[in-house]
Amino acid sequence: MKRKVLKLALASTTLIATSAFAQDVTLTIESWRNDDLALWQEKIIPAFEAENPGIKVNFTPSAPAEYNAVLNSKLDAGSAGDLITCRPFDASLALFEAGHLTDLDDMEAMSNFSDVAKSAWQTDDGSASFCVPMASVIHGFIYNKDAFEELGIDEPTTEAEFFAALDKIKEDGTYIPMAMGTNDQWEAATMGYNNIGPNYWKGEEGRRALIAGEQKLTDADWVAPYATLAKWGAYLGDGYEAQTYPDSQNIFTLGRAAIYPAGSWEISGFNTQADFEMGAFKPPVQNAGDTCYISDHTDIGIGMNAASKNPDAARTFLAWVASPEFATIFGNALPGFFPLSKTPVELDDPLAKEFVSWRGECESTIRSTYQILSRGTPNLENETWGASVAAIKGTSTPEELGAKLQEGLASWYEPQQ
Amino acid sequence: MQNRRIRWHIAVFLAPAVLVYTAVMIFPLFNTLRLALYSKVDQERVFVGLTNFRTLFLDPIWSEQFWNALGNNFWFFIIHMLVQNPIGIALAAILSHPRLRFAALYRSAIFIPTILSFVIVGFAWKLILSPIWGIAPSMLDAVGLKSLFAPWLGKEEYALTTLALISVWQFVGIPMMLIYAALLSIPEEILEAGEVDGITGMASFWKIKLPLILPSIGIISILTFVGNFNAFDLIYAAQGALAGPDFSTDILGTFMYRTFFGFQLQLGDPHMGSAIAGAMFAIILVGVCIYLFGIQTRMRRYQL
Repeated sequence: MKRKVLKLALASTTLIATSAFAQDVTLTIESWRNDDLALWQEKIIPAFEAENPGIKVNFTPSAPAEYNAVLNSKLDAGSAGDLITCRPFDASLALFEAGHLTDLDDMEAMSNFSDVAKSAWQTDDGSASFCVPMASVIHGFIYNKDAFEELGIDEPTTEAEFFAALDKIKEDGTYIPMAMGTNDQWEAATMGYNNIGPNYWKGEEGRRALIAGEQKLTDADWVAPYATLAKWGAYLGDGYEAQTYPDSQNIFTLGRAAIYPAGSWEISGFNTQADFEMGAFKPPVQNAGDTCYISDHTDIGIGMNAASKNPDAARTFLAWVASPEFATIFGNALPGFFPLSKTPVELDDPLAKEFVSWRGECESTIRSTYQILSRGTPNLENETWGASVAAIKGTSTPEELGAKLQEGLASWYEPQQ
Repeated sequence: MQNRRIRWHIAVFLAPAVLVYTAVMIFPLFNTLRLALYSKVDQERVFVGLTNFRTLFLDPIWSEQFWNALGNNFWFFIIHMLVQNPIGIALAAILSHPRLRFAALYRSAIFIPTILSFVIVGFAWKLILSPIWGIAPSMLDAVGLKSLFAPWLGKEEYALTTLALISVWQFVGIPMMLIYAALLSIPEEILEAGEVDGITGMASFWKIKLPLILPSIGIISILTFVGNFNAFDLIYAAQGALAGPDFSTDILGTFMYRTFFGFQLQLGDPHMGSAIAGAMFAIILVGVCIYLFGIQTRMRRYQL
């Protein structure tokens, strides 16, 4: 009995000691970026730990498709990590409203970000920010430069040129014109509809009008991208209906396809996989000289678990994430994830540079379905996946798809009723 | 007086199993049913009675998905009943033939897929059937039937049937083993008596063996029913939680998972998810009851 008391006393003194000297705190990061595990472990975490002795960081990613479900269960069970990688918009907003994420507005470092960058992780009225913005991804098309040279094709800038290029590749027959499948569904919506769409609905203008209820998904600007997608089907490889996302990546990096409808997040993977030179072109506009719009989607932020046992260390880490130093390391370690901080970051990767240069030439917007509009049932984002696939396969007409989506949205979203 | 003594040992022996089973099965089951009667309003859990079920069955958005999943589930079950179980019985009948050589080898080979993980089966078949890397298109090409190949898993009209057949391939060993055991338990004397009366070959299977293994077939049917209506893994491993293309492979399990845990931008709703789980439980319960009271009690049994 005495021995037990002694042990307890010893244990409590060590507890006090740790809190007093803040010895070796370990922070755990929840993330869906399991592709980036090596980069975090080899570059980002050592850089932070070198500057902040006494804080150890553990990066524990889970599979992207399961992340939200896994994270929610962990948070409810109280076993989630100290730092939480934030999905943009509602998924994180729900976590904040449920009290799982801490309000970070009092952090000085938050002033390093523009309002647009912060908007993905704020309450609807902008009164509280709960995640530090980390990066955005830009949509466009990556192409095989060797293939284009061989066939004498230039980067298309208008839609007519784009389809002419596809025809030429198809006629030649050496390459599959475009590498994309519809098996996993999301590529059709993310790399299809939301890639080419902003040129039709004029980026932010159309997106905001849709949220305000001034435009409808049955309007020509929102239906036309489906009509364009319907033309894609003929240029995708044989059996594209069962082609998965990794299949498409492999087909392109093996040099079997000429064009890959992409998000900039592919860059680092493609750089290591492909042994030919790659270029990128932005989504083609309808007529030469039109203003171009690109999807520059705020994609990753990082916040703090409200139940974290090491709030001070977690804040130290978040402040570091908000610093220009992190932006430089992150932007160059992960070409294709473009830092959102106000201070511009010099990138080395040519392909990433090409993507980020569009920010200067075109108007930026984010994916149309992400903010507010995917809050109800049916979920507009999930419905858009199905609709984009149906458009490419030709199982429904663009008008039918628009009508179906509008009906679903109007069933729960008041401004659209 | 002696008889009315309380037999404590019965309770003591039953206790461990009852406690474990209650903790891991009965309590979660009733808690899930209870959860279905609540809803979340402004971060608060509120009792709403049967509203969730009303939404599930009457709201067109929910009911369309529910009936689609239920219909797909029935198709999944029908394929198993029409393909898996007859093949299993046929295999067992062949295996129990006394003059078949290497019977043990065939038996193990056919049974092995059953012990494989769903993830491995889903992944392996996805690769086999892949139009890009798969061996299915080249094998068909080798026999000049390339035109018959289609990207089956990506077509609305074929995907569910393809997955059901993959599942049949995986589980055909189970009915085979059960029937095989039943066939082995039929005494030689009965078959010999039949032979004396002139019942040989196929006739002995139809007239003697089949009636004797009918109770086993009944058990297999009910196991298939429960297994199929609880199915989830294979569809999730092969087609993801959205059960594409266009929800054509969506069954109750994937529908429940998507609703309960959420998917991509869709947030999880444990209460609606529990309502779906409750509906699944009811469907299985009704099915099992129909079997137990409607079929099993009327089945004729023979004293062997």
